[in-house]
Amino acid sequence: METLLDLIGAGLLVLGTAFLFLGGLGLNRMPDVLNRIQVGTKATTLGTLLTLAGAGFLHPDWALKLLLVALFLLFTNPLSAQVLARAAHRSGHVKLSEDGIDHLAEDQGDKL
Amino acid sequence: MNDFTSNGAFRQGGLFAVLLLFWVMLNNALTVETVVVGVIVAAVITALFKDGMSFLTDARLNPQAVLATFLYLGYFLKELIKANIALAAIVLSPNLPIKPGIVKVRTELKSPMGRLLLANSITLTPGTLTVEVGEDCLYVHCVMLESGDVNEATQRIAAGFEKYLEVMYG
Repeated sequence: METLLDLIGAGLLVLGTAFLFLGGLGLNRMPDVLNRIQVGTKATTLGTLLTLAGAGFLHPDWALKLLLVALFLLFTNPLSAQVLARAAHRSGHVKLSEDGIDHLAEDQGDKL
Repeated sequence: MNDFTSNGAFRQGGLFAVLLLFWVMLNNALTVETVVVGVIVAAVITALFKDGMSFLTDARLNPQAVLATFLYLGYFLKELIKANIALAAIVLSPNLPIKPGIVKVRTELKSPMGRLLLANSITLTPGTLTVEVGEDCLYVHCVMLESGDVNEATQRIAAGFEKYLEVMYG
């Protein structure tokens, strides 16, 4: 039983690290700020959740605290991403390709 | 309909209870000292943020809403995993197949908390990121934006979450 929990925990840790790695790779490969925020947010959220779950299996007595960490993460990660994205757009650092659709810029153009 | 939950005393009581619960969980011990300290700290924070927003703000307390909360969590986790696999595929493909754009998504949700959760959920799911929140809409950045049709985007991006949040917050 003990070894089974260890195995599941180790597996989850590896999976979580893989997603974190993909997130890092994505940060490098994506061309602009919004796409980078996209990979950054999603990969780190799932990657960290899986890592926390893995740690929970390895140390069942930490499970409660890890659950709290996961909750904080789920609430704060998307918020910070959204604020960063908004700041980037407001400061005019978002340039979409020629045929790219940008309803936000269009609507702001109407107001000005 | 929301008389009970928009009542300040209920919201503050809820905030206090959640803070105290988190404190006890973090301490992992139920001794007199931790509980006393927890009660004092939770009371001070509740007093400081008595008009703040918490996830109990405007929440509905009925069986359907509780059921919807669980369905929402399940749906959300499923979407989160799908989002990551989809993005992993994009990141790993040599020619980086992306076509980014920002699309407007209409929302029917009125309650601030419901809209916050919708925006957060969108940010964590397949190739979409909430950039700005407007009066009755969200502006969502997509890694793969096929068309600039508002109704189609609303269906594809928001409808799945909105269905549950509608019941939970209105």
